[in-house]
Amino acid sequence: MKDSYTLKSLAVLLENNKISSKELTSEYLKNIENGKELNCYNTISQEKALIDAEKSDERRKSQNLRSKYDGIPIGIKDLFCTKGVTTTASSKILSNFVPNYESTVTQNCDDAGLISLGKLNCDEFAMGSTNKTSFFGSVKNPWKSVNSDYELVPGGSSGGSAAAVSGDLCVASLGTDTGGSIRQPASFTGTVGLKPSYGRVSRWGIVAFASSLDQAGPITKTVEDAAILLDIISGHDEKDSTSSVNPKENYYENLNSDIKGMKIGIPKEFRSDKLPASTQKSWDECANLLKTNGAEIVDISLPHTMSALPAYYIIAPAEASSNLARYDGVRYGLRVKGNDLIDMYEKTRSEGFGDEVKRRILIGTYVLSSGYYDAYYIKAQKIRSLIKSDYVEAFKKVDAILTPSTPSTAFEIANEPSDPVQNYLNDIFTVPVNLAGLPGISIPYANDENNLPIGLQLITNSFEEQKLLNVAKNIEETINYSETPEKWWLK
Amino acid sequence: MIEGWNLVIGIEIHAQVNSKSKLFSSSPTDFGSKPNSQVSLIDAAMPGMLPVINKFCIEQAVKSGIGLNAKINKKSIFDRKNYFYQDLPQGYQISQYKDPIVGEGFVEIETENGQKKIGVERLHLEQDAGKSLHDQDPNFTFVDLNRSGIALMEIVSKPDMSSPEEAVEYVRKVRSILRYLGTCDGNMEQGSIRADVNVSVNKPGNELGTRCEIKNLNSFKFIHAAIVYEAKRQIKLIEQGESVNQETRLFNTQSGETRSMRSKEDAHDYRYFPDPDLLPLTLDDDWIKGLQESIPELPDKIKERFIKEYSLSSYDANIIVSDKATSEYFEDVVKNRNPKLVTTWVTGELFSILNKKNLIIEDSPITSKQLGELVDNIENGKISNRQAKEVLEEMCESGKGALEIIDEKGLSQISDENEIESLVDNVLNSNPENVKKYKNGKDKLFGFFVGEAMKLSKGKANPKIVNDLIKKKLSQ
Repeated sequence: MKDSYTLKSLAVLLENNKISSKELTSEYLKNIENGKELNCYNTISQEKALIDAEKSDERRKSQNLRSKYDGIPIGIKDLFCTKGVTTTASSKILSNFVPNYESTVTQNCDDAGLISLGKLNCDEFAMGSTNKTSFFGSVKNPWKSVNSDYELVPGGSSGGSAAAVSGDLCVASLGTDTGGSIRQPASFTGTVGLKPSYGRVSRWGIVAFASSLDQAGPITKTVEDAAILLDIISGHDEKDSTSSVNPKENYYENLNSDIKGMKIGIPKEFRSDKLPASTQKSWDECANLLKTNGAEIVDISLPHTMSALPAYYIIAPAEASSNLARYDGVRYGLRVKGNDLIDMYEKTRSEGFGDEVKRRILIGTYVLSSGYYDAYYIKAQKIRSLIKSDYVEAFKKVDAILTPSTPSTAFEIANEPSDPVQNYLNDIFTVPVNLAGLPGISIPYANDENNLPIGLQLITNSFEEQKLLNVAKNIEETINYSETPEKWWLK
Repeated sequence: MIEGWNLVIGIEIHAQVNSKSKLFSSSPTDFGSKPNSQVSLIDAAMPGMLPVINKFCIEQAVKSGIGLNAKINKKSIFDRKNYFYQDLPQGYQISQYKDPIVGEGFVEIETENGQKKIGVERLHLEQDAGKSLHDQDPNFTFVDLNRSGIALMEIVSKPDMSSPEEAVEYVRKVRSILRYLGTCDGNMEQGSIRADVNVSVNKPGNELGTRCEIKNLNSFKFIHAAIVYEAKRQIKLIEQGESVNQETRLFNTQSGETRSMRSKEDAHDYRYFPDPDLLPLTLDDDWIKGLQESIPELPDKIKERFIKEYSLSSYDANIIVSDKATSEYFEDVVKNRNPKLVTTWVTGELFSILNKKNLIIEDSPITSKQLGELVDNIENGKISNRQAKEVLEEMCESGKGALEIIDEKGLSQISDENEIESLVDNVLNSNPENVKKYKNGKDKLFGFFVGEAMKLSKGKANPKIVNDLIKKKLSQ
C-alpha cells in the first residue's frame, strides 16, 4: 500500500493502466478488513464495491468513462441515504433501515464513477465530537501519542470518515458538518476537511440533524483532492429548497496557490490562554508563512464569537428535536411494541436513541416550548444574525480568516469529559462558521509534542470556496506536511 | 336567536386547495384512490427528504386572498407545528403561523337585516395529515397517507357572526367564492371544506363569554345544529350559575350534541418555529398584479349586474349567483329571452327536478340550450305553462328536445286567431240562451264559454286568446 495515494494520483494510475479499479478496490477492502479494530465502517459493501469496480474497468476498456476519477473507491458517512445499502446514522433506531433512494451527493459521486466501499461510522445522528455516541461503538483514531498507548478519539461526528482517510481505509470520504463535524475530526487525524458554504451542496437524502446548519463535504489527504471531490458533489439541486443557484466554479482546475496581495485576518477573539502552546505556535507560524508568501496579515475582531456556542446549542437541538420526530416506530426503523400508541412511541424512542441524542431532543423541545421560545430560540437567532454580521464586516477588510481548528489535539477515548458542556467546547472554533453559513477548511499544519496532528482553519466569505482552497493550497505547498500515523492496528 | 342573549361566532374554514399535486411533493391528490397509493418519499417523511413548495398552490392561495378582498403578504413564512400522531409522518405539520400568505379581508353576506360584512383575519397554507382507520383490525390502527401533504387553506374569520344562520351564510359565501375562483372544489362530502366553529354567549352589555371550539364540521346542517346546541348548552350553564370552560368540543352527528374533546389545560404546545428546510416565501408585485387581472367575475359583482341587466330581484339574483355553474347556466339561457320567465323556469322547475333527482346543476339532464328552447316555445305561445311542465318532465326522462316532444305529443297550442275565432263563434252560436243570460248580468257564465271553447279545441287553444275573443264578442 502506497501512502501517497490521492484522488489525483489514483486517477493517473488508472489512466495509465497501472492498476485496475478492481485491484484498487480489493486493496482498500483488504485495508478495511485489516483495520477492523479502528471500527471505521458500520457497513462494508464488499460485493457491491467489487461489482461496481468491474463495471468501471469495463467502462475504461470501452472508453466510456463517467469522469477522470471513474473507478476510485471512497467511503461514505453513514448519514447519506444509499439505495439498497443499510443507512443507520449510527443509531439503533435506524439500525435496520435500507433506503430505496440515493442521496443527491452520493448520486453525484456515482455519476462520476466513484465506488462506495461502505458506510462510515459517526456520532449518532451526527451529534457529538468524539464519535463515542455511535450505537456501533467508538471509532479509534489511527494516531497515538508518542508517550502512551492509549486509544484516542478521532473527533466527530464524522470520526469514521476522518479516521478512514487517515488510516488508508479509503483515499477520500464524505462527511457532514453541522458545527464542526468535518473540520474537527480532520484536525484530530491529520487530514483535510472542507465544509462548503450553506447551500453549496444538496442536503437531499442526508439524514437531517439541524437543517439550517447541516452541510456535506469532503475529507481528503490533500487540498487538491478536496477541490476534486467538491467539484463532484456540489451544485444546485431543485429537490433542496435551500440549495443555492449560485453557479459553482471548477475548483480543481482553477486552483491557484498565489496569494500575493491577499489579506488574511487573525481574529483576536479566538486567542486564549487555554490554547496549547504548540497550537498557538502553529497558528503564529502559519500567519508568518502567509506573510512571507505575499499576504498581508490583519488583526480583526469578531466580537460575538463567544456567544456562538450557546446560540448553537439552542438552534441545533431545536431543529433536531423536530427533525428526529419522524423516528417514531410507525413507518420504518425500530419499533418496540407498546400497549397503545403513546406507549409504543415512548418505548421505541427510549430504546432507539442514545443519551446524547435524547439530551439534545430534550433541550430542543424545551427551548421551543411556549414561554421559553422568546428567551431561548429567538434570542439565539438574534445572536446568529450578529455573528453573521461580524463576518460580513470582517470580509470587507480581509479575504480569508485563519484560526486554529480545535482548542486541543486528539484526546484519550477514556478521558472524555463527563460534563457534556466541556465536550461541546471542542467545537468552539468551528461552530461560528456554521452559524454564519460560511465555507471553512481544516488543514494539517504540524504535529505537537506528542506527535499528534494540529489542524488550522481557514474561513472565507460565502461561496468563495475557490479562494478558500487557494489559500489552503498555498499553506499546504509551503509546509509540505507529510506525517502519517504508524499503523499499530496491523501488528 | 335566544331572547336576551348575544351569540358570538368565529369560524376557521379548512379548504382543500384545488391542485393536481400536493403542497410540498409531486404526489397526485385524487380522491378515493387505493390507500397509500399517492404517497411519495416526502409524504411518508423518509429520512433526508425535503419539502419543495408547489408554486401552483401558492397561486391558488393568493387568488383566494384576492377573492376574499384581502391583503396579500409579499413575504410569508412556513412554520413547523410539532406534535406526534400516527398519521402525521414528519412529526410536524408544515403550516404558517406568524406570517401567513394572506392577511385581513372580508366577505359580504345576506342576512335578515340586509347585507353584513364578515371580517377575515387571515388565510394561510398548510399540509393535511394522513387518515387513521381504527375499524380495520381489532388490535391495530391502519394509516392511509394519501391525504398526507395535501394543501389546505385555513381561512380564519373574525368573530363577526351572531347567529347560526349568519354562520352558515358565511361558509356558503366563502365556499361560493372559492368555487368561482376554482381554488377549491367545495365538495363537502369529500371533506374539501371543513369548519371549526368558535361559539360564545353573553348578555347584551356584558363582556364576551368564554368560547368553545367545535371541530371538524363538514355540512351546513351540522354547522347550524352544532351552534344551536352549543349556544343553548352554554346559556343553560350560565343560567344555572356555572361557568363555561374554554375547550375543544366534538359534534356528534347522530345525537346532535357536542361533547368535550380536550380542555384548554390539555391543549398541545405545538412548539412552532420557522421550517429551516424552506426559505421565506416572497411574492413579486407584478406576479400578484397578473393574478389580480386573471380573477374572474365574482358572485357579488355578478349579482349586481344581474339585478341591473335583467331586473332580477335581489332574492332571485342571490339564489342564482350563489353557485358558479348556476349563474353560468342562467346566463346561457337568459341571453335574448325574457329574464322573468327564465328565472322562474331555472329557480322553479329546473331546481325542483334537480332536487328530486339529487343532482347538481353540472349534471343537469337538461342543458341550458334545451331549457332555452322550451322557454322559447312558451314565449311564442306554442305551449302553455302547464304543457311546458309536462314537456320538461318528458325531456328529463327521454333526453329529447322540447320541439320534438311537442310535435310527438301534438301538444302544440293553437294560437291562430282565425282558428280560435271560429271555435268561439261555434260555441256562442250553439248556446244562444246562455249568451242572453250573460248579457243580462249572469257573469259567471263567462267561464262556461271558455270551458266549452277549450273542450272543442281539445285543450290546445291558447287560453289567453280564447278569453280575449269571448270577451270581445260578448261585449259587441
